[in-house]
Amino acid sequence: MKPLQKVAASILCVIFVLMVLATFLLPAHYAQQFRDIPNAGPSPAHLLGTDALGRDSLSRLLYGTRVSLLLAPAAALLSTFIAALLGSAAGLLGGWFERIVLAATDLSLALPWLFLLLVVRALLPLDVPPLVSVAIAFLMMGLLGWQASVRVICAAARGVRDSDFLLLARSSGCKPVRLLLRHVAPNLRPLFYVQFFISIPLFILTEANLSILGLGVMEPMPSWGNLMRGFEDFSMLSANPWRLAPLVLLVTVVMCFQLVLPSQEVTQ
Amino acid sequence: MEIKKSTSLLRLGLRRLLFLVSLGLFGALFSATLVRFAPGFGVEERELDPRWSASSVEALRRQQALHQGLPSFYFHYLSALAHGDLGQSDSLKRPVGELLRQRLPITGNSVLRGLGLAWLAASLLALLGLASRGWLFAASTTALNSLLLSLPAAVVAMLAVYLRTPVFFAIAVVVFPRLYSYIRSLLLRAYDQPHVLAARARGLGSSVILCRHILPLAAPPLLALIGVSFAISFGAAIPIEALSDSPGLGQLAWHAALGRDLPLIVNVTLVVSLIMLAANVFADLAGRTFAGNAP
Repeated sequence: MKPLQKVAASILCVIFVLMVLATFLLPAHYAQQFRDIPNAGPSPAHLLGTDALGRDSLSRLLYGTRVSLLLAPAAALLSTFIAALLGSAAGLLGGWFERIVLAATDLSLALPWLFLLLVVRALLPLDVPPLVSVAIAFLMMGLLGWQASVRVICAAARGVRDSDFLLLARSSGCKPVRLLLRHVAPNLRPLFYVQFFISIPLFILTEANLSILGLGVMEPMPSWGNLMRGFEDFSMLSANPWRLAPLVLLVTVVMCFQLVLPSQEVTQ
Repeated sequence: MEIKKSTSLLRLGLRRLLFLVSLGLFGALFSATLVRFAPGFGVEERELDPRWSASSVEALRRQQALHQGLPSFYFHYLSALAHGDLGQSDSLKRPVGELLRQRLPITGNSVLRGLGLAWLAASLLALLGLASRGWLFAASTTALNSLLLSLPAAVVAMLAVYLRTPVFFAIAVVVFPRLYSYIRSLLLRAYDQPHVLAARARGLGSSVILCRHILPLAAPPLLALIGVSFAISFGAAIPIEALSDSPGLGQLAWHAALGRDLPLIVNVTLVVSLIMLAANVFADLAGRTFAGNAP
């Protein structure tokens, strides 16, 4: 690991620890309103000031960090699991199954990612409780974000299909499911980890875009995306630069992920 | 030999066209299925109007039920589609086809201009990087690229509104970092090939090496990138048009999603997907043609 990668990994660790300890660090509940001090500047009681409804900005940022940093890896885990299952099976079995999986992958890759998410979001109710909106965002990204990983995993699985150890396992009567779980998957594990880590920044950015557009995590629950909805008035931000904290945190985390995985491109 | 090459390219083109048509048909049926099974399908607003008598409401329901069987629904949907009728928008109460005709040129214009600008900037910067090959240039462009990649398209859109920059510029800012990193790595890989090293050792000028040895090698994947960049820019157009209040397809899709206007959103997506696929087929064929003609 290069020194810059070590720094990036350390920053990520610190942010993840902050996220875990958020409950103990929160000065107030994220939805609690201090109605007498709306839009207040930083003070010892409210280190990042308050928003237009008098809610403590630091509490909302810390809780929003937790929501965004739990949502994206959870969705990445689900999408990587689907990609691993489909890609490994397609690469191992080959034939018509591989052709169908790859055709379905090509088909869904032809759709721009945000258009696909909008179609699915339009099918579901919009006026839902905040926790349900988090679950919807997680399921949408997890169930629809596997396509790019499938192609990579399928190509790798195709590479091990004719290897000696699989030939030996087949000749000793190993069933396809056992072949997949005990022989192919352990060999592709490093690739699964890489696909998982690549997906996290992609999903962080997707959640931010969806929430800014009002289709992601719903208020009053904070996330980096809906905390940035207030950026529509940039002139206000130049007078109150501390309000840029969610953007700074998001950019830092995504850049750190890019540095930790330098050879991979993060696509939106 | 030439005739054989042209025939295989023509065959490939026809196969891709067939794929495009079947995909369009599949997409249309899928869209129809989504519309058909969406909550509230077949419910007439007039049924809730107390001024309508029971017999009239019953007649309305019978009329609605006419096309509610799935095969009948598909048949009517496809026959309407063949006549250019994409249905009616639930939220805007206007024909979807008319809305698409109005909005598509606006988004097309922004996307094409944004793509042009992004390609120009990314190619120029990558070529500059190839010429200088200094660590400072590489580090600063990588840092800028990484920063731009980390910005959500919606934040770029809000910044564009604040700075009063046109929509196409915001699209270019979103597309540029993705193009730059790919073009740069392609050019560097081509530059490190043994035949380029041999050309340099023989004392050929930089421009000759670039035009005769590097670009022909990098051209096929670059041409394929055109299709991908179309998909990225159409995706970026949604938050940018929505937040910049630009009346294009992106804003229409956003309004449709917020209003749960399924007939509108699925048809917009269908049209965008067909454009994407056509761009991909074109880029693929251009890449293959170029690879076939390359020295």
